[in-house]
Amino acid sequence: MYRYDEFDHQFVRDRTNQFRSQADRRLKGELTEEEFRPLRLMNGLYLQLHAYMLRVAIPYGTLSSKQMRQLAFIADKWDKGYGHFTTRQNIQYNWIKLEDTADILDALADVEMHAIQTSGNCIRNVTTDHWAGAAADEIADPRPVGELLRQWSSLHPEFSFLPRKFKIAVTGAPNDRAAVKVHDIGLRLHRNAEGAIGWEVIVGGGLGRTPMIGVTVRNFLPEHELIGYLEAIMRVYNLYGRRDNKYKARIKILVHEIGADKFKSEVEAEYARRPQASTEVEQRELQRIAAYFAAPQLEKLPRWSPGFEEAKLGNPSFSRWTKNNLGPHRADGYTIVNISLKPDGGIPGDATSGQMRLMADLAERYSFDELRVSHAQNIVLPHVKKDDVFAIWKALEAAGLAAANYGHAGDIIACPGLDYCALATARSIPIAQSISRKFADSAKQDEIGKLKINISGCINACGHHHVGHIGILGLDKKGEEYYQITLGGSSAEAASIGTILGPGFAGHEVADAIETILDTYLKLRQPGEEFLAAYRRVGAKPFKEALYAAA
Amino acid sequence: MTTSPEKGQLVTANRLRDGIAVFLTRSGVWSETIDDAALALEPQAAAALESRAKDDEKSTLITGAYLIDAERLNGRVRASHIRERMRALGPTVRLDLGKQAEGTGAGFAAPEGV
Ligand code: SF4
Repeated sequence: MYRYDEFDHQFVRDRTNQFRSQADRRLKGELTEEEFRPLRLMNGLYLQLHAYMLRVAIPYGTLSSKQMRQLAFIADKWDKGYGHFTTRQNIQYNWIKLEDTADILDALADVEMHAIQTSGNCIRNVTTDHWAGAAADEIADPRPVGELLRQWSSLHPEFSFLPRKFKIAVTGAPNDRAAVKVHDIGLRLHRNAEGAIGWEVIVGGGLGRTPMIGVTVRNFLPEHELIGYLEAIMRVYNLYGRRDNKYKARIKILVHEIGADKFKSEVEAEYARRPQASTEVEQRELQRIAAYFAAPQLEKLPRWSPGFEEAKLGNPSFSRWTKNNLGPHRADGYTIVNISLKPDGGIPGDATSGQMRLMADLAERYSFDELRVSHAQNIVLPHVKKDDVFAIWKALEAAGLAAANYGHAGDIIACPGLDYCALATARSIPIAQSISRKFADSAKQDEIGKLKINISGCINACGHHHVGHIGILGLDKKGEEYYQITLGGSSAEAASIGTILGPGFAGHEVADAIETILDTYLKLRQPGEEFLAAYRRVGAKPFKEALYAAA
Repeated sequence: MTTSPEKGQLVTANRLRDGIAVFLTRSGVWSETIDDAALALEPQAAAALESRAKDDEKSTLITGAYLIDAERLNGRVRASHIRERMRALGPTVRLDLGKQAEGTGAGFAAPEGV
């Protein structure tokens, strides 16, 4: 499984020691807040509404049970016994003291974790498919490439002061679970007719106040050329990207201002000029890194597990959970267990220290010691024998972790919003809770089928509302909260940005509005047609009529 | 008992060492409870509060002090903007911890029924 090499060890320790002295100097008044702020942000420490918040990176969303237990330990010792899994494969602690932070960073370093590159105008932690290395539809595990990019980009002197933050996502499967089209750079693996693999390079996607779908600049780039090519992209961005206006500084604006063709030719020209055309180093590194992500020793099992089938027959709640929460594994007899962190009426992405420990135990016992964190704020046990699923479910159920809503109406993505976030214009969690309560009836959720509801508490769009099938954006109207609804967004292969349906709603009206939208969908859908497909077929009109006619 | 609220401004900040939202009181200490805040009814008084806060910033007690609009009624203080009410209150989704649980949040209930 993924681990640090000796450089990382030393580097993370050095960084923690540096921060300890910086925090000390700040507490003594030797550094002003203006001087200290960039230093703490570089180490993932934000000042939020109620306290400091520490954002910890979970590279490629991959965690060992030991690491998960350490996250639980930190929650108990230095926070209030819980943590929040974010929409970018991080965990956030909401109640951190400045004076404790260096100790926490040390505790993280003990288990090869850190908070570096979770903030600032650098290349942020690379995100991937949370089913990486396990999914049945995968061409290859995307994490070695993610790791190559991380090693290349970490504290890269040329790319430490970019015009703006920079996010890269990688998927090795045709079904895009990593939202690569809405990242600054998205990489998607393809296999051609000859059986060779190559990377599609997508640039200029993003959410925030100007949501855009990325454009493909290369269809099939050989893996060993990735670093050279991405370097060319970064150079063009560094040179032409705007620095005068923070809202126009992301690469998406550059790509769309100068046009995809012009951007592409600039990148190709830069790539042709590269000082070092040989990719020997990259090839060697890729091989070395691939060993870090060595696949677990899976047993040869029959596809069919009698114990699993029997348990389903005997237990309807279990059966329903398996239908929604399991994903297809590449090996016979195995499955991917998706643990929903969205209990009915709960806070999306929050887990108590006890729940973290339980999930760590389950991973240790049943999933090769491995857990994943998804950008949809859920936890994944990637390699589970079907024979073991019933035992896992029983343990999850006892811990309040057996919500059977994965990928359904209750599986809502929501950013912390105005309950915690200093930038928020409105709360998002209570909106998620009210919708989740409304659809707590499992039969209704199953009838509605696959659905993504995404909620952000401000235009920064951390809740990915633009790419929710139903998106909700919280805004501020004269000091009070109100909510705008968008329909038709998607972050999958055929990505799209949702369109605003009409005038906004007060907080207490949102759940009813969502119900009206979904009832309308149920009336007009064709057999087997999912919400997004139905919306794409009929457009916004029937939904608008249903929602605003009565008003 | 007053029936119409006093409107004015108060100073809020985050305590440097733990980041907790705090409010400047008449005696010059920083309280976690907004009800304790000194409410300046006039611009000069507000400026005086602000300059006291700047001194405390220098002595590393607090960070990021600023003035906010608020009103006091029957000893309770309510900030005008929802963001500041949230800071005074703590997260409305965790009534079991922090200022919500301790009852030091503020004299108004957590917005409910959203
Ligand atoms: S979308 Fe806005 S409110 Fe939500 S976490 Fe991001 S910055 Fe905060």
